[in-house]
Amino acid sequence: MTRFANAFAKPHAALVTFVTAGDGDTAAVLDALVAGGADVIELGMPFTDPMADGPAIQAANLRSFAAGTTTADILAIAKGFRARHADIPLVLMGYANPMTVRGADWFAAACKDSGVDGVICVDIPFEEDDSLGPALRAAGVDQIRLATPTTDAARLPAVLDGAGGFLYYVSVAGITGLQQAAQASIEEAVTHLRAQTDLPIAVGFGVRTPEQAANIARVADGVVVGSALVELVAQHGADAPRHIESFTRSLAAAIHGAKEIAA
Amino acid sequence: MSTQPNSFRTQPDERGHFGIFGGRFVAETLMPLILDLEREYRAAQSDPAFAAEFDDLLTHYVGRPSPLYYAERLTEELRKDAPAGKGAQIWFKRDELNHTGAHKINNCIGQILLARRMGKTRIIAETGAGQHGVATATVCARFGLPCVIYMGARDMERQQPNVFRMKLLGAEVIGVESGARTLKDAMNEALRDWVANVHDTFYIIGTAAGPHPYPELVRDFQSVIGKETRAQLLERTGRLPDLLVAAIGGGSNAIGLFHPFLDDPSVRMLGVEAAGHGLDKEHAASLAGGAPGILHGNRTYLLQGEDGQIDEAHSISAGLDYPGIGPEHAWLRDIGRVEYTSATDTEALDAFQLLCRTEGIIPALEPSHAIAAVTKVTREMDRDAIIVVNLCGRGDKDIFTVAEALGTQI
Repeated sequence: MTRFANAFAKPHAALVTFVTAGDGDTAAVLDALVAGGADVIELGMPFTDPMADGPAIQAANLRSFAAGTTTADILAIAKGFRARHADIPLVLMGYANPMTVRGADWFAAACKDSGVDGVICVDIPFEEDDSLGPALRAAGVDQIRLATPTTDAARLPAVLDGAGGFLYYVSVAGITGLQQAAQASIEEAVTHLRAQTDLPIAVGFGVRTPEQAANIARVADGVVVGSALVELVAQHGADAPRHIESFTRSLAAAIHGAKEIAA
Repeated sequence: MSTQPNSFRTQPDERGHFGIFGGRFVAETLMPLILDLEREYRAAQSDPAFAAEFDDLLTHYVGRPSPLYYAERLTEELRKDAPAGKGAQIWFKRDELNHTGAHKINNCIGQILLARRMGKTRIIAETGAGQHGVATATVCARFGLPCVIYMGARDMERQQPNVFRMKLLGAEVIGVESGARTLKDAMNEALRDWVANVHDTFYIIGTAAGPHPYPELVRDFQSVIGKETRAQLLERTGRLPDLLVAAIGGGSNAIGLFHPFLDDPSVRMLGVEAAGHGLDKEHAASLAGGAPGILHGNRTYLLQGEDGQIDEAHSISAGLDYPGIGPEHAWLRDIGRVEYTSATDTEALDAFQLLCRTEGIIPALEPSHAIAAVTKVTREMDRDAIIVVNLCGRGDKDIFTVAEALGTQI
C-alpha cells in the first residue's frame, strides 16, 4: 500500500496540512504537524509570482526568500522529513517554473530521491500535462490534480486521467486563504466527484477553524488547511512549532471525530 | 533550425503553442474560462458583424488609419554620421496619434467587443506605463462597463498623469505593493482578481502574452498596424519596406507590425528590448538575457535564476519593465525569422531627445528604444532602403521621468 492509500484508509477523514518551505524552522514545523496529528503533509515551494495565493502564503514566500531558501534546501527539507517520518505522505506544492526549470525529469527524480510521494502544480492544467505529468508518472511520483467549482462534467474525466494520490477539490473559485465555500456546495461537489473517481477527495481553500474542518470531514476524505497554519508561523516565529502543534491537534480532533459524530 | 515552415503566419497550433512556446499554463479554475474565450473568439472571427463593428470603431473612435510618415529630418541627421552612400530612409507608423496616444487601444477595442459577446459585465486589466490602463478605462467608459486597473505602486509613482487619466475615465486604480511593484506584480494581482470573479469578469490583457488565446487575439487585433503599413507604403513608394523596427516589452506593437510581413522574405524585422542599465546589469531584455520558462500562462523567455525564480526587470520605460516576452517573439527569435537587439535607458533617452529636436515629435520612452536601434542600423543600410519604425506611443506621459533623468526641475 502506498503512503497515500494508508493515510486515506483510516476510519476517519485525513487532515492535510500545508506550510511553506523555508519559512521559519520548517523541519520543526513539520514535526509539530505530525505530532499534532496531521495525516498528509503539503510542503509549499515558494515562488516569486504566486498567482493563485492570497496574502498569507504570498508573505510566507517572501519570508522564505528573505531567508535565502533554494530548491536544494526544499529537497533537503523533504529528505530530512522522510528520514524522520517513514509513513506520512509528503507532497510538494507549487508552480510550474521552479518545478520544470531544470527539466521535468530532473524534478521527478529529485522528488523520488527525497521521499516525496506526490506533486501539486498549480499552473499546469491537464492541457499542458506533457510539461510535467509523464516525468512524474515515470518516476512513480503521484500527480495530484485540482478540481474546482468551474471544472464541469465535460472536463472532469480529463482532469482525473493520470491523477494519483488524492483529488484536491478547491472549494472556492479564488485564491488561497480568503473566502470559505458554503457547506452545501461542498457536499454537492464531493458527491459529484465521488461518482467519477475512486481517488480520495480532499477539500481545501479557506478552511480556518476546527468547526469548518469537521463539517467538511463529514463528507470528504480529507480536509486541507494551509493559510491558517502559515499565519501561525508568521505570528510566532521561532516559537511557532508549539502553536502549530496545538492548533493541528485541535484540527485533527475535530476531523478525526467528525464521522463518529455524524454517525 | 534545419527546416523552415512554409508559412510563418500559421501559428499558434490548436493548443496555442508557437513551437515550444505559448500554451495555457493557468490554474484549473481559469481553464474553462480560457476555453470559453477561445470558442467566442473563433465565433467572432467568422462573424462579419464583429469585424464590421471593430473596423468602424477603429475608424471613427480611434482615428485609424494612422499616418505613415517619412521622417526626412531624422533621416538626414543620421546620414551625417553614416558612411558614404549609407543611411536609409526612416518612416514612422504613427500609432502615437491614435485616440489615447498609443497602439494599446486597438487591442482594447477588440477585447471589449469580445467581453460584450460573452456577456461579461466587469472588466479588469493590468498596466505598466499606464497606456494599456488608459486604453482599457477608455473603452470601458465608451461601453459603460465598470473597470478595475491593477498597477504596480512604483509605476503609479512614475506615471502619475496616466493614473489620473484612468480615474477621470471612471476606472478604479488599485496600486499593487507586492514584489518590485511593477507590471509583473500588477499582472499577478489581476490574475488573482480574475480567478475569484470568473463568473462576470473579463480580463483585458494588454500585450501579446498570457495564456492562449490571448497572444493570438492580441496579435490579430494589433495586426491592423502592419496591414495599414503595407498598404500605405505600397501606395506611396510601390515597395515593401526593407526593415521593420519596433520596441518590445511584451511585444504587442511589434507583433502587430511584423505579423502581416512575416511571409515576405525581403522584409527584415528587428525587435528592440530594453537593456536598462546594460545587459550585464539590471535590464528587461528577456530574449538577450533570459531562458525559456513558464510564467503568467505561457512558456516563453524569462529573466530568471537557476531555481526558476523570476528576476525583477528594470527599464526607464515602465511599459517595457517586464521580465518576459510574448511567446510568438520567443518562437520567431528561435527560428531566426526576426532579429532582436536591445537599447539601454541612456540610448533611449538620447533617441527621445533626438526625435523631439529633429521631427517635432515627443515619443514615448518605449518607441524611443526602437529609434535608438535605428540610429545604429541605418548606418549599415543603403540610402534607398526603407526602414519603418512603429512609433507606438506619444511621450506626454514620460516628460516627468525624462526631466528627472536629465536632472531638470519642472
